Amino acid sequence: MTDEGLDRRRFLGGLGAGAAALGADVAEAAEPAPGVTAASPAGGPPALAGYQFLNPDEAAFMEAFVDHLIPADALSPSGTELGVAVYVDRQLAGAWGKGARMYLQGPWRRGTPNQGWQSPMTPADLVRTGIAALDAHCRRVAKLPFERLGPDAREDAVAALAQGKIELEGVASKLLFDTLYALATEGLFADPIYGGNRDKAGWRLVGFPGVIATHAQDIETYRGRRYDAEPMSIADMS
Amino acid sequence: MATRLKPVDVVIVGMGWTGGILAKELSDAGLTVLGLERGVNRTTEPDFSVPMIRDELRYAVRHELYMDVSRDTLTFRNAARETALPMRRLGSFLPGEGVGGAGLHWNGQTYRFSPSDHSLRTRVKERYGAAFAPEGMQLADWPMTYDELEPYYDKFEYMAGISGQAGNIRGETIEGGNPFEGPRSRGYPNPPLKASLSGVMYEAAARELGYHPFPRPAANMSRAYVNPDGMSLGECQYCGHCENFGCEANAKASPHITVIPAAQKNANFSLRTQAWVTRVDLHPDGKRAKGVTYTDVRTGEEFEQPADIVALCAYGLGNVHLMLLSGIGAPYDPDTETGVVGKGYCYQLTSTVQTFFEDRNFNPFMGAGSLGVVVDDVNGDNFDHGPHGFIGGASIINATTHGRPIAYRPLPPGTPKWGSEWKAASRHWYGRSTSIGTQGSNMASRGNYLSLDPTYRNAFGQPLLRLTYDFTENDFKQSAFTTKIAHDIGRAMGPTHISPLAPKSSSYSIVPYQSTHNTGGAITGHDPKTSAVNRYLQSWDVSNLFVVGASAFPQNAGYNPTGAVGALAYWTADAIRTRYLSAPGPLVPA
Repeated sequence: MTDEGLDRRRFLGGLGAGAAALGADVAEAAEPAPGVTAASPAGGPPALAGYQFLNPDEAAFMEAFVDHLIPADALSPSGTELGVAVYVDRQLAGAWGKGARMYLQGPWRRGTPNQGWQSPMTPADLVRTGIAALDAHCRRVAKLPFERLGPDAREDAVAALAQGKIELEGVASKLLFDTLYALATEGLFADPIYGGNRDKAGWRLVGFPGVIATHAQDIETYRGRRYDAEPMSIADMS
Repeated sequence: MATRLKPVDVVIVGMGWTGGILAKELSDAGLTVLGLERGVNRTTEPDFSVPMIRDELRYAVRHELYMDVSRDTLTFRNAARETALPMRRLGSFLPGEGVGGAGLHWNGQTYRFSPSDHSLRTRVKERYGAAFAPEGMQLADWPMTYDELEPYYDKFEYMAGISGQAGNIRGETIEGGNPFEGPRSRGYPNPPLKASLSGVMYEAAARELGYHPFPRPAANMSRAYVNPDGMSLGECQYCGHCENFGCEANAKASPHITVIPAAQKNANFSLRTQAWVTRVDLHPDGKRAKGVTYTDVRTGEEFEQPADIVALCAYGLGNVHLMLLSGIGAPYDPDTETGVVGKGYCYQLTSTVQTFFEDRNFNPFMGAGSLGVVVDDVNGDNFDHGPHGFIGGASIINATTHGRPIAYRPLPPGTPKWGSEWKAASRHWYGRSTSIGTQGSNMASRGNYLSLDPTYRNAFGQPLLRLTYDFTENDFKQSAFTTKIAHDIGRAMGPTHISPLAPKSSSYSIVPYQSTHNTGGAITGHDPKTSAVNRYLQSWDVSNLFVVGASAFPQNAGYNPTGAVGALAYWTADAIRTRYLSAPGPLVPA
């Protein structure tokens, strides 16, 4: 048994066979040899179901959007399967979506790009307005809502949104994209306690070990060597 | 109708590093000291307990420990011709709120400014001639020299247990340290942190190119430490959750585990939290402060707190805001270059070089806030600026601070931002990348200043602070020069891919995070016509008011400011104890 093996065993100890098996997959994954695949859906607790903020049309858009950004493939299940759409919904339903810790007093002016967010809308209102405007755009251009577009048409729409090239009613397309993109990546990589990153699949994807972090010895022991551990979340430690 | 409270000897506004230091030093001297803090109190247990504290979304993305801009923010414009608009959410910089202030959630990078930084105007004039500084640059000397401040830098470093390698002890150059640093009276209290792989590689590459790399001085403890005040700090665990977070191991020097509990051993010190100071109250002649008025933010009640001495120890921007709201000192006017309060606001210019190594594994999540290796060869006046036509410089750093995945997913240029290819690249490069950053100085400039906004107000009905600011040509030249050197060192490390040269070259935006090193606005100087406070950080106009912090810097250096801020706090406390108390009044004739 190598030192590395001993160390992995220390981290895997007491986690049960399923988790250990996942850890073993990750350990070997110098190149994509995934711990979690679309064919073997995410382990761990079931994803949260149901939406607090998004209405059914908005939810259909959000699921299609996060699945376009985070498609199911050999590296992970899809964004929706990982709870990313639920994560976004909970953020929009909660204090952040309602503009907590933002200065929301007028008067309102468009401002320069250097002056940052000057929308009178809360993030939740902005996303709601933006989804409706994008839906109208897709129906006008392609006669279909975003979620019913084919993969290439979806890619065109997302790319145009990212570049701020779509004229949307009531909201700048770049601002909408940046907001949605930030939410989706948070949903993939934030602690699973927020509803996304199911079974820590985002952390497994990159090799982030989570909340356990006592590396005073490891920083020398693993200098230049890959460190693998079963990632630990807040719930795992609580 | 405000309730009038019992007078105290000293009231301190803000309980971060500077407020904590003054509280400790002045309560030790037997004065009755009251600390007022606008935010809440937090303690390591339970507020920074694992696993809750290891929550990137809550602390790093949603800014749990930072000021709440729904209640008070500032407005911003690049130039006076624009209309300033509110900073509606945090971005470019992240001031703290609560006991400990930014000292809770800092990384712990703790430098001394170089001797030339402290005497910059004289230095430039002597070395390059008076005409070298461009028109509009408000170059100034600090009114105290590095040598005068040295004992106070030393005191801060020993209180905070800084881990580092001295480069110059009483004039003797020490191998492995920074050979450009000013002479120090003794070495650091703790040895440097353990090096990371990228640090080892960066050091070798920099040395090969003829530079002088040294371990970045750190308020992260390389070993358990008991400071001279008897406060215990733990050993750093390289957990990669320093900046934005409190330390669960008490291994990062912070006011709430050092100076504030040390002050609390004195019965004559008391701390009142959630007390939002709205103004300094003046006597009718405007030359003495009566005390301060604050609002208890739990109840909305207003109180008058009389005091013989008022110390403004808020974040630098907050100090300037309170002076302007209280009518202390003449507000700066950029058209006439008269007035002093709000003058000399400076920031920093930062840039990044990202390197990618197909055959390396950096384990980026094993890091500490100040773990890194620094090259100081092109910082301050450590090199001949003559051929380059600018003033200032930058520290050039390879840092190993964290690998938290919402923020940290480096990708080579040209990688898609979503889809399967993005996922695969994120996975592939996460552990195979390291970066080199420049932290560049910023000179004061005529058009960059702080004032009160004419339109927008805070939750207390008061005008917001207004920031008028942009980078200048001098500073773009600095960034171009130092970023090129960072890029050269990056290439010498032998990466598979390297990001293109990207010095700071466009106007300042308040959106992306750059640096929480906002300085100036209540600058220290020799002359009341050109500075807001004298060499003891005493207001030229109100002699029982001291304004402590980075607000006093006449210009900003290519270093993190906390070492200099701490030195200034100890220097000011000493001046109050040894000079002011025996003869209350102006310590420097106007």
